[in-house]
Amino acid sequence: MSYELHNFAIIIPAYNETGRVAATIAGIKKVSDADIIVVSDGSTDNTVNEASEAGATVVELPFNLGYGAALQTGFKYSLKRGYRFAVQMDADGQHDPMSIKTLIEPVIADKVDVVIGSRFLDKGNYKAPFVRRMGMYFFGIITLVLTGRRITDSTSGFQALNKKVMEFYASAAYPVDYPDADVIIMLHRQGFRFKEVPVIMHNAKKRSMHGGILNPLYYIFKMMLSIFVTLLRKE
Amino acid sequence: MTVQQKIFALIIGAGLFLVIIELVRRRKLAEEYSFLWLLTGFGIIVLILWYDLLEWLTRLIGARTPTTTLFIFGFVFLLLINLYFSLKLTKLTSQVKDLVQKLAISEKADR
Repeated sequence: MSYELHNFAIIIPAYNETGRVAATIAGIKKVSDADIIVVSDGSTDNTVNEASEAGATVVELPFNLGYGAALQTGFKYSLKRGYRFAVQMDADGQHDPMSIKTLIEPVIADKVDVVIGSRFLDKGNYKAPFVRRMGMYFFGIITLVLTGRRITDSTSGFQALNKKVMEFYASAAYPVDYPDADVIIMLHRQGFRFKEVPVIMHNAKKRSMHGGILNPLYYIFKMMLSIFVTLLRKE
Repeated sequence: MTVQQKIFALIIGAGLFLVIIELVRRRKLAEEYSFLWLLTGFGIIVLILWYDLLEWLTRLIGARTPTTTLFIFGFVFLLLINLYFSLKLTKLTSQVKDLVQKLAISEKADR
């Protein structure tokens, strides 16, 4: 059985990704004719022009709102345009377009609501920095305890989701700064079906959105608090 | 520091903590803004329970009584959080300006 890779949106949040975003879009166009939506998060470089010349629909935020908020803009736009499925991926070329099919198929087949692309399920060539790896391991254990599911890559920005999850991500529950293990726990508590699949990821030329910017200690605090209040919420 | 003073300060510290967590839970307060407040509640509780630290701090800053130290730190905290809010307010003001200008221009272009 083969799926035509269209009728869904590919959402790409981009902040100052000149020189990378066009290549990412070209890579996607080789394997899929899905509509590509780039959300420029207040980029000050040539990202907007580059993305629209490469054939993407560009939604332009007037100033930087953060990764989560940019992504959420993409979901809101997709819902408004009536897309039933979406794939979110990074602009910097870290996510291999070859994996789009792997991600979207179980969602279109209605086997799950969200598919999270993991770097770590399979032996890939991706090596995360030590601090990041420790963080992933730590929050991975918390996720395992709270959801009973082993999620190897909770920070993954390479996901496929259906309309129901898009609606949830478009709500106030979605974090504006950086979605992580807290979102996985929210998905679990909302009763969404999710699974991880191995995807191909490359070491990015530049980590533009996260890592380095967020102070690790503040990040751990924020994530712990976020998970804690998620558990306190009844919904 | 008398027992009454200690109990009062502990109630304030613990109360602050609970109120902040509840506000975050109800999504009335973003995690980002809760950080400084939770730190304060935590600070009060630590200083009361670990009295030696409070006495050491009192000697360090040259205050007479530990209550003064608590007051001074409370004041410094309020000063800092006000400064932080002023910075945020400045940023928000400029963002609202940009947003309204952009909206006005794009509405003009649509007509």
